[in-house]
Amino acid sequence: MSLRLSGVGYRYAGAHRPSLLDVDLELPDATVVGVAGASEAGKTTLCLVASGLAPRTVGGRIRGTIRLDGEDVDAWPMHRLAERIGIGFQNPGTQLSQVADTVFEEVAFGPMNVGLPRDEIIERTWEALDVLRITDLAERDPRRLSGGQQQLVATAGLLAMRPSHLVLDEPTAQLDPAGTRLVADAIARLAADGASILVAEQKTDLLAEVASRVLVLDGGRVVRDGPADEVLADHALGELGVAPPSAVRLRSAVEAAGLDPAVLGTSTDG
Amino acid sequence: MAELAVTGLVHVYREGAVRALDGVDLRIGTGERVALIGQNGSGKTTLVRHMNGLLRPTEGRVTIDGVDATTMTVAQLAARVGLVFQDPDRQVFSGTVRAEVEFGPRNLGRRGAELAAAVDAAIEAVGLAGEERTNPYDLGQSRRKLLALASVLAMRTPVLVLDEPTTGQDARGVDRVRAVVTSASDEGRTVIAISHDMRFVAEAFERVVVMRGGRVVLDGSPAEVFAAGNRETLSSTFLEPPLAATVGDRLGLGSTPTEASVVSALLARDSTGQAGATR
Repeated sequence: MSLRLSGVGYRYAGAHRPSLLDVDLELPDATVVGVAGASEAGKTTLCLVASGLAPRTVGGRIRGTIRLDGEDVDAWPMHRLAERIGIGFQNPGTQLSQVADTVFEEVAFGPMNVGLPRDEIIERTWEALDVLRITDLAERDPRRLSGGQQQLVATAGLLAMRPSHLVLDEPTAQLDPAGTRLVADAIARLAADGASILVAEQKTDLLAEVASRVLVLDGGRVVRDGPADEVLADHALGELGVAPPSAVRLRSAVEAAGLDPAVLGTSTDG
Repeated sequence: MAELAVTGLVHVYREGAVRALDGVDLRIGTGERVALIGQNGSGKTTLVRHMNGLLRPTEGRVTIDGVDATTMTVAQLAARVGLVFQDPDRQVFSGTVRAEVEFGPRNLGRRGAELAAAVDAAIEAVGLAGEERTNPYDLGQSRRKLLALASVLAMRTPVLVLDEPTTGQDARGVDRVRAVVTSASDEGRTVIAISHDMRFVAEAFERVVVMRGGRVVLDGSPAEVFAAGNRETLSSTFLEPPLAATVGDRLGLGSTPTEASVVSALLARDSTGQAGATR
């Protein structure tokens, strides 16, 4: 059971050059894989391709193979894929259904669409709202919330689907540190329950916390792929447009001043 | 160039009884670099929207150089306070990068060489040189956001207000935004930025204002605000200090909100012998 991309390339319709080249990616169950990279390195494109939205609804041309739980999904229509893979967009405005008048209905929208029993829809919706501590927003109009609140609502909508595969494109971009922590905890819990999760993020602190494996994209290619702690401690990360996690930066600053980073001891943990 | 004073500011949005601002008092001097932090929904965006007249106070007032903002025309305010939205797609509308950046200063009456210089400098500052003829919607979201910043920079307003300027920016983008903040303030312009990025806040700003439930709960330098004594107040606003501050605290280095300050505190401790280390 996993999501596997082999030799995947992708070119947007009308684009002069491909946005992804020769990407191999294995996303086993119960695992969080992080994707880092500079702006326009291909992170969002990889999310669209891995979730099947590109080329199905975005157009463009794809090569290589994508296998979901061992099956080639090439001929699958979007609605069939959408039952198995959830995707969270960078801009929560894109995610909201625009037809729900309350946050509760918004979060219940996905489970309703797949025809779950009423009681289960209600239970899952409250649970998702509770996990992200937004039960007090249940009666609010989702279109009239702050950007950060909308992002939490969009994420709650994904959680309510209890997806076995989830692709998240900068799920915490608009969140405050507390919101970021709640989403990190939700991602970790979902993975512990067996889901495979791909998270594209600029916030390497978040990747250091939730991802076991991290890959770095540059110009549409995978240029680093390995255990999170190794990849995120790579000294060349800055040259790839990726800010190292706080702990790594602090140790580098101490080292650059000619001090032994051992003076920091375990003080940089957590 | 411009002093901003907020007095007893209250704002109640019509749809509910939510007091988005519940009595804010704040005085910001010329050339200050002020970061505004607080959890989602604490009133930060509502506060800055009073500074350029997008919102009018329910109670209290905002003055710019002593003049009540509500008595100024849109044009007068636009010449004094430039506001960059969190979402660039709310403000970008021209067909090319250059036209987009020209729009603001042109509306303020700039023409010819003066206009060209302001536009060139702004495009250069955000790293979009060479993209002048590109359609803004052919830029990615993060560069479109830098474009929105350039279009407000080019107006050379004495006050610059940035709502979440580093969101979605990669390492280079954050460095650019930081350079823009520093150089604007070196030129004597006042910079106010809303941010959730505590490392950016500690490194680029000299003053940090913390909001909770529509009020100001802390106001001081990064070293003061992120000091160990404020940990409880910070966590009541669901904020965490930058890692450097926590580390300095654990190592007994005092308040060290930035990586650089951790390093200098460690060096100072070394130079005074090991006395400090055993404390």
